[in-house]
Amino acid sequence: MGQLDSMSKLAILADAAKYDASCASSGGDKRNARAGGMGSTTGMGICHSYAPDGRCISLLKLLLTNHCIYDCLYCVNRVSSDVRRARFTPEEVVDLTLNFYKRNYIEGLFLSSGIIRSPDYTMEQLVRVAQLLRETHGFKGYIHLKTIPDADPALIEKAGLYADRLSINVELPREESLTVLAPQKDARSIRKAMGGLRLRLDEAKEERGKAKHAPRFAPAGQSTQMIVGADGAADSEIVRTSATLYSGYDLRRVYYSAFSPIPSSAAALPLLKPPLMREHRLYQADWLYRFYGFSVDEIVGSMKDGMLDLSVDPKLSWALSNRDGFPIDVNRAARETLLRVPGLGVKSVEKIIRMRRVASLRLADVARLTRSLKNVRPFITTQDWTPGASIDAVSLAARLTPVMAPQQLSLFG
Amino acid sequence: MIRVDLAHAADFDGWREAARRLAIAGVAPADVIWQTPDGAQDLFAAPAQALPEAPEGEKGPRVPREFPDLARYVICHADPARFSLLYRLLLRLQDQPRLLDHATDDDVHLANAMAKAVSRERHKMTAFVRFREVASEDGEGAFVAWFEPEHHVVRLTAPFFRDRFANMRWSILTPDVCAHWDRKTLRFTEGVSRDQAPGADRLEDYWRTYYASIFNPARLKVATMKREMPVPYWKNLPESSLIPALIERAEGRATAMVDAAPTKAPKRSPKIVARTEAARTPKEAGVGLDGLRREAEGCKRCPLWANATQTVFGEGGAEAELLFVGEQPGDKEDLVGRPFVGPAGQMFDRALAEAGIARERAYVTNAVKHFKNEPRGKRRLHKSPNISEINACRWWLEKETALLKPRLAIALGASAVRSLTGETHAVTKVRGQVLSSPFAGDVFVTIHPSFILRLRETEDREREFAAFVADLTQARQIAYGR
Repeated sequence: MGQLDSMSKLAILADAAKYDASCASSGGDKRNARAGGMGSTTGMGICHSYAPDGRCISLLKLLLTNHCIYDCLYCVNRVSSDVRRARFTPEEVVDLTLNFYKRNYIEGLFLSSGIIRSPDYTMEQLVRVAQLLRETHGFKGYIHLKTIPDADPALIEKAGLYADRLSINVELPREESLTVLAPQKDARSIRKAMGGLRLRLDEAKEERGKAKHAPRFAPAGQSTQMIVGADGAADSEIVRTSATLYSGYDLRRVYYSAFSPIPSSAAALPLLKPPLMREHRLYQADWLYRFYGFSVDEIVGSMKDGMLDLSVDPKLSWALSNRDGFPIDVNRAARETLLRVPGLGVKSVEKIIRMRRVASLRLADVARLTRSLKNVRPFITTQDWTPGASIDAVSLAARLTPVMAPQQLSLFG
Repeated sequence: MIRVDLAHAADFDGWREAARRLAIAGVAPADVIWQTPDGAQDLFAAPAQALPEAPEGEKGPRVPREFPDLARYVICHADPARFSLLYRLLLRLQDQPRLLDHATDDDVHLANAMAKAVSRERHKMTAFVRFREVASEDGEGAFVAWFEPEHHVVRLTAPFFRDRFANMRWSILTPDVCAHWDRKTLRFTEGVSRDQAPGADRLEDYWRTYYASIFNPARLKVATMKREMPVPYWKNLPESSLIPALIERAEGRATAMVDAAPTKAPKRSPKIVARTEAARTPKEAGVGLDGLRREAEGCKRCPLWANATQTVFGEGGAEAELLFVGEQPGDKEDLVGRPFVGPAGQMFDRALAEAGIARERAYVTNAVKHFKNEPRGKRRLHKSPNISEINACRWWLEKETALLKPRLAIALGASAVRSLTGETHAVTKVRGQVLSSPFAGDVFVTIHPSFILRLRETEDREREFAAFVADLTQARQIAYGR
């Protein structure tokens, strides 16, 4: 095999990285280069481009190498895959990152890697890239490092010193699926590693509360990813797993990644069209848990056979099966009640609460404060509007459901 | 008519000073013409009067704190009516100081919408400006970008680029105004035409390669892309030339992947898998407490493992003579993997010391070895284990006890009593008594230290802590006769 040029390596190692959904560059510190170095983070994150798959391109997302000694059946880089292999040197990644950054293509780097030789060796290589960027080049942009669960805690410590975010993927919603689909990975060590990260993040927060210059540790926290549709897990299991992860490990995000066709598939895991609508509904359910005050039991309770309704969003679905709580008076209801009205987002609710201090809202006011009145109207009353009997109408669900309910095949029927 | 000449299209300071004077003079919004250098001149307008001077010491209009922030954004909007809208709002705020709360008022709604459009455009500028490297006379190089914003956001956004690219020399050229940074000062000059900007950069092929490779053809979502990266921006994005072909070929590529037969593993792969497996095969489980601990790592005797991080096994030397049994690990213990390391554990350690019990004489464990909890937002709420969970986990406690053969078991709280004796007792009734366990012999009963932590009043806590220490002292005396 001849030497690959850097353009070919880039093509291979970006292709190998694209199944990781995370591209966030938000959260964490605010920094800039006024006092030296290059780069900044505003806490907001910037999406510098979008690919035709609708995904944002915020970071240079790469694998250091797609050589891997693990054999995870869903993964394009597994040892038994026959894809082309490549390996960047840490210096090559640093060079690309800085050059892209200077041209304002990216917010920073998201670096991951196939496991080569050993978890420690691999982690060391990742940390080396981040260290070069920070220490040699004064890079102040965003760095997200994938964390190898079994790596030496001293290496994780170093990773947290340089990176804004660390992530360990739980990979699959069901622990037992890992045994079958990713035999070299161990769900328990993944959980333990996430738990260890949370302890360290808490500690760092506490230290920085006491002394401003205490060393930082991954100020943008940790995140994880679950592949949806590669094992038989129902949405109810996925949502419960997420709640366990959010509550136990203080995760900033759980990413859901619809299992997507890969070149070079494994016989034991047939490919199919990725369940994109299912993935979307899971994100919406995730939002209900994190920002709308819904408990897991409430979200799961409005599912049918443990699956989210693909034709309507989970909040509407919940409201339709809990109609006795509606309609609610937008001029009086508490914030947490307003958040449960289908069609009212966090910002609309804030505006309503603010406005009703000075005026009584009419239906036309609500129309101006929301994107679409259609879903909201049956669930609220205003000074000049009450839905009357329509809230109980059997046809309500049908009226609020899009005509073409998106259909998707499931791998496990 | 009064004509106000502003210095540039987003001249907030000029607007503010003029608006102040106009408001003091009581000029109606309809009687003001706001003129910017780039705006069309109304040649037939009545001769304009000069801006009235404000009398000395006159304070001028008062506004809520958020109005200047709103106005700074609205003023960057492309709509020529923005200046009069803001002036009208300024006057209305004098009579209705809480007008901005009224989000559906026509003026407020329009101003909010304009500010939002500007904010979005500012954000898009931070995202979509693409620098190209050019040679400079001193050989150091500089970076130049061409951008065509929909609103007047260059001055608003330039500080972002200054703070980020402080060590580069850069210029952002636009038809309206250009921003320049020489590593020391930010300057603005008049707009230029596109041909003043460089046409290519050596990194753009790499960037396009990255863009094409990171795209997943199996998840085509063109509408989402266009919503977030509207087509008008495409003309200045080097990657956009690839988009039509990527879309066109996507479905074929995705179908081909699904249809392709599974591939055969490369020859070297079984060997690598075998080597990896060999490296991670667990060492011998071992004997004694260590062996037991390792065995318990994978425990699924009850469903509690699913929500917990790990089994939290007992801790202490094999020669320990006192067996302390708590309820279950808490949040901290679950993360660390060791019993009694959280707040209750620290209190327990303190009480142990005061009761004169050396730590190495004690073995501490729990009736239930996984953390039972309920996810609630970002936290886990402790839930007490039920009888079937306690019964399931007694398996381990019996084995721990059999290996330790303690002089005395000490039950900390009701769950421990239940586990050790198999009976349900109210701790308040049997506290300080010695009960009997079918597998652990004598069981001395006291409270769980977390009970003390839950007390609100300091004096209650101090009293209960002292009582707890007294209990432990009594247990020591029972075990050792002194």
